[in-house]
Amino acid sequence: MSAIADIERKPLTKKELAADHPTWCPGCGDFSVLALYFKLLQKRGLHHEKFATVAGIGCSSRFPYFVQAHGTHYIHGRALPYATGIALSRQDLDVFVFGGDGDAFSIGGNHFNHCARKNVNLTYCVMDNNVYGLTKKQTSPTSPIGFKSKTDMWGAVDKPINPMQQAISAGATFVARTTHTNPKHLLAMMEAAMDHKGFAFIECLSECTEFYDGAFDSSNPRKGGEFRELPEDHDPTDENAAYAISEELVPGYFGVYYQISRPTKQDVEAEVNAKFLEKTKGLEDWEILQQNFDKMK
Amino acid sequence: MSDNPTADEAVSDNLKVSKIHEAVIRIAGNSQDGIQSIGGFLARLAGRSEQEVMTFMTIPSTISGGPSIFQVRLSSGEVLTSGDEADVLMAFYQHSYDNHVDFVKKDGIILYDTAHVEPDPELEKRFRHIGCPIAELTVEAIGGTAKDKGKNIFALGLVARMFDLDSERLEGLIAERFKGKPESVTETALSAFHAGHAYPLTTLAEIYEFEEPKARDCEQVVANGNEALGYGILAAGVRFGAGYPITPWSDIMELLRRELPKYDGMFVQCEDEIAAVSMAIGASWGGRVAITGSSGPGIALKGEAIGWAVMAEIPLLVIDVQRGGPSTGMPTNVEQSDLNIACFGGHGDSPRVVLAPSSVEDCFYTAIEAVNIARKYSTPVIILTDQAIATRIEAFGMPKLKEICQDISPDLTPRDDHKPYDLSAPDGITQHAAPGTFIKSGKYPVVTGLEHNEMGHPSGSPKMHLDMTAKRHNKLKALGRDLPKPEAYGPDEGNVLLVGWGSTQGSLREATEQARKDGDSISALTIRHINPLPEGLENIFSGFNHVFVVENNDGGLYGYGQLCSLLRARFCDPKIEGINKTDGLTWRVKDVLARVKEKLEEK
Ligand SMILES: Cc1ncc(C[n+]2csc(CCOP(=O)(O)OP(=O)(O)O)c2C)c(N)n1
Ligand code: SF4
Ligand SMILES: [Mg+2]
Repeated sequence: MSAIADIERKPLTKKELAADHPTWCPGCGDFSVLALYFKLLQKRGLHHEKFATVAGIGCSSRFPYFVQAHGTHYIHGRALPYATGIALSRQDLDVFVFGGDGDAFSIGGNHFNHCARKNVNLTYCVMDNNVYGLTKKQTSPTSPIGFKSKTDMWGAVDKPINPMQQAISAGATFVARTTHTNPKHLLAMMEAAMDHKGFAFIECLSECTEFYDGAFDSSNPRKGGEFRELPEDHDPTDENAAYAISEELVPGYFGVYYQISRPTKQDVEAEVNAKFLEKTKGLEDWEILQQNFDKMK
Repeated sequence: MSDNPTADEAVSDNLKVSKIHEAVIRIAGNSQDGIQSIGGFLARLAGRSEQEVMTFMTIPSTISGGPSIFQVRLSSGEVLTSGDEADVLMAFYQHSYDNHVDFVKKDGIILYDTAHVEPDPELEKRFRHIGCPIAELTVEAIGGTAKDKGKNIFALGLVARMFDLDSERLEGLIAERFKGKPESVTETALSAFHAGHAYPLTTLAEIYEFEEPKARDCEQVVANGNEALGYGILAAGVRFGAGYPITPWSDIMELLRRELPKYDGMFVQCEDEIAAVSMAIGASWGGRVAITGSSGPGIALKGEAIGWAVMAEIPLLVIDVQRGGPSTGMPTNVEQSDLNIACFGGHGDSPRVVLAPSSVEDCFYTAIEAVNIARKYSTPVIILTDQAIATRIEAFGMPKLKEICQDISPDLTPRDDHKPYDLSAPDGITQHAAPGTFIKSGKYPVVTGLEHNEMGHPSGSPKMHLDMTAKRHNKLKALGRDLPKPEAYGPDEGNVLLVGWGSTQGSLREATEQARKDGDSISALTIRHINPLPEGLENIFSGFNHVFVVENNDGGLYGYGQLCSLLRARFCDPKIEGINKTDGLTWRVKDVLARVKEKLEEK
């Protein structure tokens, strides 16, 4: 649909991709997600008009302002259905969605499940800091029990959500986990997600230095922790194995937990349409509608 | 049969034939009896016979069914409402008889099933009663033990005989209806129809024949409001929609789900209304206006997202098929109580466009108008219809689809530069560059719900919020100036002006006609554009001593309904007063007139 021919266009430079200077606190994990998104776009030669960046509300969700491209900063928790609208109606675009753990699993929890089951072809990266950053340290649905926040001053009491297990059981076809402290891995997961046909979900641990400092040290070798990749013999097409190995939350494992191929929402709708289009082939739109009106005579 | 039968009599089967101008037939039974389909057949026949028609029905809100009626008014002249009173009541059961006898005109006819109805001897003196063993004869005609099946078609035969309707056309419609089913189904239906038609109406001693309707210059179609709106959305070029089921909106989403694939479009059933509105907004951002819709409770859920679309200035079509509220309220009854949520249901200052079609035909054209307003002004547009208009059938002229249907594909023409929220744009009217648009300057827009600068990036500047707030209302002010000037129905000057919106138009117009016949000076005015209001209303108001806003909603704490409050706030004119009711039923003409009289006597 784009009117610009892809004549030998050079990949965009970082300067061409960067928009506003991020407003995140120094040291915030979100910086590294942004940096690697730029890398991904450069590496894959995606130009400004070939993709869309969508986010909800939260510190992490301010993402689209920092990217020089068509972007949307939507409402809290509803980035996925919004992105679904663009992904279904404009299949020429690569759609990337970013957001926080509260956005994804609390207010947007049900959308997450349904987007996964519908297998909408888009990439969703949740920047999980186990806390509400933007609203200044309330308990998030991924906060571990005992985490002291402004809403659980004595320590969080509710069982946290397990993002990997939730995604797998909801029907996501690509489920991966990475962390902001391992750029190489983060980029690899983004690339794999982008290449996946269907709903590709990445949980990226992204530390909130302001309100949950050190949350993920146990997975960061520079802080004395261990970056554990999934065992080599892990079979990502084995749903039960993927579910079982997701049991541990932090530090947990990193890599592609689960990936299968299933027709996307785009595919199944195209299949429905194909049957109808056969019958309406060669007809102008008004002639198709005329058939309905003729029946109402 | 409003007009007295003329002397033009012919003899057919020894029955006198009297010419009539119009007839109101009320069929009362249970919803399982297929009452709606008798009414549907009659309505379609009328459309094909160049007659005017309007129907009214009630549906029980439970699936297992229950008492239900279908009323149809057929006329060789103009039809404004489905009629206050019936010329003929067809009663299948005792409850149908007991509950609806009050709606029969003086000297009207009651056709009843002798197996189920015991007529009241007192009433037999007031109305012409005709008993017919409907259930029994149906079983006799079509055989089997199929208890009540086919009764409706038998009854249709009876009505066809009574009004000397075009049996051939009716048979054709019956055959069309069962097309695709085994042939025996059509045959059975036709047998039932013939049996009904052959029933000797000797006790009636006369049958009726409609006067020749005036010839029309185009073919007619018959549809209900939900269908007209659904097809209007397609004609407007909308190709993506998302929704969640709720009565009475579901019909529209089902229609779109069924039809959109023919155009390579898509309708998505979502997990909830918030997802639905979000998906539609996302698709609209993609460059082609998309649609979502619901009824009251679902509209409340969509509120935050609509507010975002106002802020981000995204075109969007939202349908609200109103029903009795609040909450689950009266899901299968009519009410006009969502005007406030449509106009003012946003958080913050969030002006949006609200339109209210006033007839079934208008539903079709309003859909197109709404889409074009949404595109031009880059704004959400809410269409308020209601249960009554959604479910009633009317005949109207075949739209000229070849001229009307429009292509609104995304425009991805590359641009040198683009400011999504350009403050220097005349009247604040801007449109977005859809994603996928190449922008030479390399500066790309963000659409956002945060207060923003002209590029869509966050701005907390007091001046920016001032200017952007003004931009968002200025463009709607410009729309208000461009709207067609409203016109009164009837003389521009007089004692009383009845103001209404949406489905009440017919009742108010018919009330006006009747009042004028009785020498009272009453005119009517329909407001189709609720927000912004069109210009020129004050001029119309100034021609009348009283302005009564008749609505199907509550007068509330101060006696003013929702449109009435808006008009009072807008014009500060104490002569604007409310006439309201909340019984879940459409306004009857005589009730309108009685309330006007009451109001005038209070003075
Ligand atoms: C409907 C609604 N409710 C509440 C808020 C306030 N709010 C903004 S962001 C947020 C939580 C953010 O947490 P998370 O999604 O984890 O993102 P983070 O800031 O941690 O990146 C909340 C509660 C809102 N913007 N909208
Ligand atoms: S509050 Fe936390 S999440 Fe938000 S920008 Fe600061 S460090 Fe990052
Ligand atoms: Mg968070």
